[in-house]
Amino acid sequence: MGINMEVSHLQEYRLKMDNITKTFPGVKALDDVKLHIKPGSVHALIGENGAGKSTLMKCLFGIYKPDGGSIEIDGRAVLISDTQSALKNGISMIHQELNPIPNRTVTDNIWVGRYIKKGLIVNEKLMEQKTQELLKELEFDINPKAMAKDLSVSQLQAIDIAKAISYNAKIIIMDEPTSSLTIAETKHLFRLIRQLRDEGRSVIYISHKLEEMFEIADEVTVMRDGRYIGTWEISKITIEHVIEQMVGRSMEERFPISEQPPSSDVKLRVENITSTDAKSFKNVSFELKKGEILGIGGLVGAQRTEMVESLFGLRPIASGVFYKEGRLIGNKSPLQAIENGFALLTEERRTTGIVPMLSVHDNTLIASYKKFTGWFPGVINKKKSTESAVAVCKSMNVKTPRMSTEIQNLSGGNQQKVLVGRWLLTDSNILILDEPTRGVDVGAKYEIYKIMRELVKKGNSIIMVSSEMPELLGMSDRILVMCNGRITGILNSEQASQVEIMRLATRFTIDNTAMEAGK
Amino acid sequence: MNIKGGEIKTVEVKKFLMDKALILALLVMIIGIIIMEPAFLQWRVAKDIMTQSSVKLIVALGLLFPLLLGGTDLSGGRQVGLAAVIVASMSQAADYASKFYPGLPNIPIIFPILIAIGVVAVIGAVNGIMIAKLKMAPFIATFGMSTIVYGINCLYYAKEPNNAQPIGGIRGELTILSSYKLFGQISLLIVIAAVVTVISWFILNKTVFGKHIYAVGGNENAARVSGVKVHAIIIAVFVIESILVGMAGILEVARTGGANSAYGFSYEFDAISACVVGGVSLSGGVGKVSGVVLGVIIFTIISYGLAFIGINPNWQLIVKGIIICTAVALDMKKNSK
Repeated sequence: MGINMEVSHLQEYRLKMDNITKTFPGVKALDDVKLHIKPGSVHALIGENGAGKSTLMKCLFGIYKPDGGSIEIDGRAVLISDTQSALKNGISMIHQELNPIPNRTVTDNIWVGRYIKKGLIVNEKLMEQKTQELLKELEFDINPKAMAKDLSVSQLQAIDIAKAISYNAKIIIMDEPTSSLTIAETKHLFRLIRQLRDEGRSVIYISHKLEEMFEIADEVTVMRDGRYIGTWEISKITIEHVIEQMVGRSMEERFPISEQPPSSDVKLRVENITSTDAKSFKNVSFELKKGEILGIGGLVGAQRTEMVESLFGLRPIASGVFYKEGRLIGNKSPLQAIENGFALLTEERRTTGIVPMLSVHDNTLIASYKKFTGWFPGVINKKKSTESAVAVCKSMNVKTPRMSTEIQNLSGGNQQKVLVGRWLLTDSNILILDEPTRGVDVGAKYEIYKIMRELVKKGNSIIMVSSEMPELLGMSDRILVMCNGRITGILNSEQASQVEIMRLATRFTIDNTAMEAGK
Repeated sequence: MNIKGGEIKTVEVKKFLMDKALILALLVMIIGIIIMEPAFLQWRVAKDIMTQSSVKLIVALGLLFPLLLGGTDLSGGRQVGLAAVIVASMSQAADYASKFYPGLPNIPIIFPILIAIGVVAVIGAVNGIMIAKLKMAPFIATFGMSTIVYGINCLYYAKEPNNAQPIGGIRGELTILSSYKLFGQISLLIVIAAVVTVISWFILNKTVFGKHIYAVGGNENAARVSGVKVHAIIIAVFVIESILVGMAGILEVARTGGANSAYGFSYEFDAISACVVGGVSLSGGVGKVSGVVLGVIIFTIISYGLAFIGINPNWQLIVKGIIICTAVALDMKKNSK
């Protein structure tokens, strides 16, 4: 995969974005932002959600048109009016949200929009051959003839990466590429990124995972509130310093300290539950104490989400029972689970959490309207419900222009806080939080952690599924590790370490999730 | 909670213009009509427009419910027709010459009404079950239902001794719903439509059920996780919608003093058009009762107004089509950033 580098050698920067400004209704998303990227480097772009990273990248990739500012590539001013012209200028992008065409093949998904033709006819054979070569070169073990719908998320991501590279781009934007990858897959991706860098390409890497960023990036640019904060060489900066720049204040601690140990009362006892799906979890038993945060660790595919969703009645179980405070309960549906005091903050905020076009107010109340009925069955007492919604959003420190603002206009962190608030209104006392800080910025993360601490202090119990090691270690009283649908260990937080968790999380061979990356 | 202020002004104006573009354009049209024919501005015209809007409004409010779920009901019009034929067949005057049920005495008028509503409510339930439980696309499920309903209607209508003859001789107890004028001025149709409007608004805005409709329409999965009984909501929505279109069918009989099996044909399209023009999103979760009222009135004003200034009625179809397309285009533009 050669690349034309005649010009780039002469230039200090491959890409220069200067004075970029972009305004949306009600928000100045980008305010005089600059981004300078050297050739042959991995440049991390970080900032809290809503800091403007994605907007800046969308301006670069021609999805948005900036209101002002200039873009230079290899010293030449370019005008990027749409995605096609971005691609022509050697820019390609791997999006955070994958949008495959489910019923088409891998080959079709890679070449859509620029089918290779022989005269008037699409040259299927050549395309397939090229796809094969491409995937082989990238060491992705994926059949070009496979249908996109049959691929796992990580395989789809691999396809997207392959597609971006197939444009022979000089600048590759990666927006949270590892959010659904396992550790082995991430390692493979990093190898690829380094390979791309060594070929002289520039990679713009957007991620919330700071540890990861320090591993892969050469330089980092920090943004905050739509503004440019600064650019540093990774080797000359610390994680704490980066966090300070991102949040604009010093953060003594990343995790608030637990003020009291959990009680010895058992809140929830789960005995031997097994999924109806043979490929999912088996014989899961554990106890959750009153006032405890029980972390659940494991790799993608460990069936953690499936397990907690079964507790909440979203998925069926074939056998096994669970007791709440000694009382046998069966959560056959989410409604029943809610009545039993359970709450579930789902992993996928957009698909199963928020109702995007409804207001913050309505999103807060959706699970608890029944509580606020007044003089007539089914009729909502507006005053009572609104007061509660406002109070809970205030206590969650939700930042929104108005309660009537559509929730889709809020940042990820604020959306998440609204969703936590939603569950507080249902009077739940067993909160299942599935990746509670995914896609949430550092500042909001800390606030969510604080809320969690307050909740357990009041005697609630929390089950927290998390793929972030520091979060598991920093927040949990105990950590339950799953691998391939089974519990491989329960660690006390004192005895737990990243190494120990990893050891348990990989007890059994993983065959169903990896894209054979570790080979 | 901090309010972001300042600099928003111009953007807000733009947004306002976009939101109201259609209404502004229509205002311009109305003003044009008035300039060409100043007689348009009179109480009689306003009354006519309101009366003509009444039945359409009830159908449109009916359709609003499935549209809020991101669904639709293509059998709505045919249900209007079935309800009309059923109610007409049972409310003919006892001494009318060619009766559908020759021996039938003058039974209390509420019975035919309840029977007609009951039949379409069952159809609505079947629609709801197909969509909720069998996971069928609303478009195709209700399209299938529309031919079934029409078939049933035709079979019933062709029954001996009626033999597919228009049903007439409707009793005064039913036609009074249209002929009675409140204060000698306002047709009872308008009053009924107003009551239905208020009830629909109340259900959608003030009840748990209404809030759950918006939630299911906005994000079914999120609603399920939040403990909303999604299936029950979907089925209930289609039953309510059928009851409303059934009512419309009954009022059509009252208005015209008769019925035939073609009644109600394509009413659902007019209703959906009015909803869309009124800002109801076809993808669900967004839509207001006030918007639907506005949408219906706009369409009536246009057809009435264009006829008033003597424009070939075929032009009405074209104007209507342009309005619908513009409304949807604006909706799409609003939703994409």
